[in-house]
Amino acid sequence: MPITRHLFAVALAAALAWGSAQAYTLEEFQFDNPAQEADFRTLIGKLRCLVCQNESLAASQADLAQDLRQEVYDLMRSGKSNAEIIDFLVSRYGDFVLYQPPVKPSTYLIWFGPFVLIAVGAFLLFRVLRQKGAEPEAEVSAADEARIDALLKAESGSGQDQ
Amino acid sequence: MKGSTLRYLVPLGIFIALAVLLFWGLKQDPHKVPSPLIGKPAPAFELESLTDPGKMIGSGILEGRLSLVNVWSSTCYACAQEHAMLERIAKEEQDLQIIGLDWMDPPEDATDPRPGLAYLARFGNPYRVILYDPDNKAGIDWGVYGTPETFLVDPQGIIRYKQIGPIDAQVWHNEILPIVNQYRPKG
Repeated sequence: MPITRHLFAVALAAALAWGSAQAYTLEEFQFDNPAQEADFRTLIGKLRCLVCQNESLAASQADLAQDLRQEVYDLMRSGKSNAEIIDFLVSRYGDFVLYQPPVKPSTYLIWFGPFVLIAVGAFLLFRVLRQKGAEPEAEVSAADEARIDALLKAESGSGQDQ
Repeated sequence: MKGSTLRYLVPLGIFIALAVLLFWGLKQDPHKVPSPLIGKPAPAFELESLTDPGKMIGSGILEGRLSLVNVWSSTCYACAQEHAMLERIAKEEQDLQIIGLDWMDPPEDATDPRPGLAYLARFGNPYRVILYDPDNKAGIDWGVYGTPETFLVDPQGIIRYKQIGPIDAQVWHNEILPIVNQYRPKG
C-alpha cells in the first residue's frame, strides 16, 4: 500500500536526521569510554544555545555554542558533576540556558497551565453534556402528535427508496 | 435568553483573555535574556589590553568608579552604530568610565592580528581601556552571549544593569541614566 511505504520513508528520514543531528558535533572531543560520551551528549542536549535559541547546545553551529560545548567538555573532564556544570552555566546565563525550564514557582504556569486548562475544559464539557441529557423534551400538543403519527405512517406505507 | 447569552460570553471572554496574553507574548523579545548577575559582584578578570599587547588589566580597574563595561567586536554592525552614543556619554559623564571588552574577535589572518584596533581607528575610542578577550575567558563569566551588551557596575563593584543590544538616546535616558544617577558617587 502506498501509505505504508510513505510512512516508512518518513520514519527512515526522521531516524537519519535525528541520528545525524546528535552525532556531528562530537568528533572533536575525546572521551575515556562510551558512557562518558553518552553523558556528555545528554548534557549538551539539555542546554540551550542562546544565539539560536530553538536549538540545544548539541545541535547548534553558532560560535558561542561551540565555545560552550568546549567549556562543558573541559568542566566534565576536570571532574565536575552534571549538577555542578549546570549550576555553573545557570549562575552566569540564568534559567533560560536550560533547554527544559525548571519547575519553579515562576514556571508553574507553563508546566501545569495546559493540564489545568484541559481539566477546566473537560469539566465544562461534562456539565454541558449532562445538562443536555436532563433537558425535558419539547412539549408537543396533541394535535401536532396526531399529525406526526399520520405523516410517519404515510412515509412507511409508500415504499421507501433506500 | 439571558442564560444562553452568558454561555456565549464565557468562551468569548476566555478567548479574548488568551488573545491578549498571546499578543503580549509576541511583543516580548526572547533574545533579551535577563541576567542573573544583576545585584551581584562583577566577575573577576585578568585580560590583556587590546591597545597595549602584553599589558594585563585586572578587575581592580572597576573599583571606586562608576563603570560601563561595553562588550563589542569588530564584526558587530550594531556596535558600530552604538559607538557614537558611547562617545557622547564619555564626554557628558565625567563620573563614568567606559571599559571596552573586545569579545571573541580573534585575528582573521596574519595581516590583521587585532581587528579591534582597526575598528577603533575607524569609529573612535570612548574607552578608558579595552580588554582583549578572543577566547571568551571573561565573557562566559559575565554571561555574554552576543554583542553589543553593556553592564553598569557601581563603585562597589556590583552589577546594577545589563543592556542587551545597542544603547541609543532613548535607552540611555529612560533606562540607564536613572540608575547611573542612583549610584553616582556623591560629592
